[in-house]
Amino acid sequence: MSSVSPLLQADPAGAVQRAPGARLEARSLRKSYRTSEGAEVLALEDASLQAAAGEFVAVIGPSGCGKSTLFHILAGLEDPEAGQVLIDGSVVEQRLGACAFMPQRDGLLPWRRTIDNVTVGLSLAGVPRAEAHERAGPLLERFGLGGFERAWPWQLSGGMRHRAAFLRTALLGRPAMLLDEPFGALDGITRADLQHWLLEVWEQVGSTVLLITHDVAEAVYLADRVYVFSPRPGRVAATLSIELPRPRTLEMLGTQEFAAQEARLREALREHSVR
Amino acid sequence: MSATTTTLVSDAPAQSLEQAPPARRPSTLRWRPHHVWPPALVLLGVVVLWEVLTSTLHVSTTVLPGPALVLEATWEDRANLWPAIWTTTKEAVLGVALATVVAVALAVAIDWSRTVRRSFYPLMVTSQTLPIIVLAPLVVIWFGFGTAPKIGLVALFTFFPVAVGTVQGLASADPDAMALLRTMGASRAQLLLRVRAPSAVPQMFTGLKVGVTYAYVSAIFAEYVGAEQGLGVYMQASKNAFRTELVFGAILVTTLLTLALFVGVALLERLAMPWRRPSQSEVDW
Repeated sequence: MSSVSPLLQADPAGAVQRAPGARLEARSLRKSYRTSEGAEVLALEDASLQAAAGEFVAVIGPSGCGKSTLFHILAGLEDPEAGQVLIDGSVVEQRLGACAFMPQRDGLLPWRRTIDNVTVGLSLAGVPRAEAHERAGPLLERFGLGGFERAWPWQLSGGMRHRAAFLRTALLGRPAMLLDEPFGALDGITRADLQHWLLEVWEQVGSTVLLITHDVAEAVYLADRVYVFSPRPGRVAATLSIELPRPRTLEMLGTQEFAAQEARLREALREHSVR
Repeated sequence: MSATTTTLVSDAPAQSLEQAPPARRPSTLRWRPHHVWPPALVLLGVVVLWEVLTSTLHVSTTVLPGPALVLEATWEDRANLWPAIWTTTKEAVLGVALATVVAVALAVAIDWSRTVRRSFYPLMVTSQTLPIIVLAPLVVIWFGFGTAPKIGLVALFTFFPVAVGTVQGLASADPDAMALLRTMGASRAQLLLRVRAPSAVPQMFTGLKVGVTYAYVSAIFAEYVGAEQGLGVYMQASKNAFRTELVFGAILVTTLLTLALFVGVALLERLAMPWRRPSQSEVDW
């Protein structure tokens, strides 16, 4: 139970309790790969970014600009060749397990029922099954998975699978969440639902969120700040603050202010995507 | 929680209920008429033809007894057949069990340690080309005429498909799922237990289904080489007594027993993987 903070305990109504976010910082990360032909490809070069405690930060950039590599380094799956990752101001030696990571694919384990999939992090931390179920039960209802606790992953719709994957991420109770294009594979309607719902959860939980996206409107709608990445080697080309009030609502999507922010971001992207 | 979320959230399951197929049980062993009738009719045709030919052409029953005679004689001799069935079944089932335990253990070791993989896996794969039947006399020389050498020979036959299937199954684990659990702080042992092992179950069973089809045959062969009891001994004794109809009876019994063993493994497979969606298991049949 040591590595799971009790931040995300459900109250009887199934709400998620507030968790203070962590300050997340990447300093001058560098990472290269060797292709099968032996050529060296520089994925990241001098990539730096930071997210304040509780901030919602989006990372946007052309395909193959090293965004996913950045997340893999932050999550501890890969080590940078140069640079550092700091959480709350100090270098973290063991990054695996420090942040909650949500990959592009939902990654639900086919042999676990919904309730066991969302509590997989708790079970890895040694929380007894009954206790984990007790903790997750009310949240399943809250995350729109009520009645599907005992369903196998193949019995869930795409949107439900993503909600389960997100609940699994949130239940880890980490002070920072890394979301790697969580809604990329979904249809437009489901996607809009999930974006709105992610905002609500984040506003309740209060943890720091770093989100990779390809979608300009998604970045504007969700984030406080947006980092624009340059094409390979990936580095931060521009930073934009999104000047829209919180809480964000679906009605904002049609406003001129929203369109103006979107245009700014599009312009920044265009400017920095030229190779 | 705001009203908006409540609506969103309550909409979702309704919408996905249509998408989600009804939660029916995997139907590995459900009989479907269009799957059963054609082969059954062919089989019936062969049996009828066989009966008609043997009785009209007056073939000697020592050469080719008719099916009716086979069934009748076998039934009459059941008192001698039962102990033979029991002995051979014991050898076959224990051999399969032994092979599965050893194969899975070795597969996990191969998966876990690069050294073990490099030193054992190539040998394991190449040793599959070895005709195990030639080992039968040796096994009898080493372990005598009791049950042990038969179990050993059955295990040798069953071992390879199970071991290779399990190694491949363990390696087939989804790398994304592995990465995800690593970011949650999972240890290597936890990854093996929570991701790799469940991923290996389907291919382990595929190997086991291949393996068990050899189980009775290899037990009987081991008995030919030297045994006091069993279907192999029964067949040889019947042959020596020119009771060809009893040899046929023993062959029929062996076929049915092999089929039963296969169906037993298929049932076990279904029990072991309740998570499989029905369409996946239907492909097997």
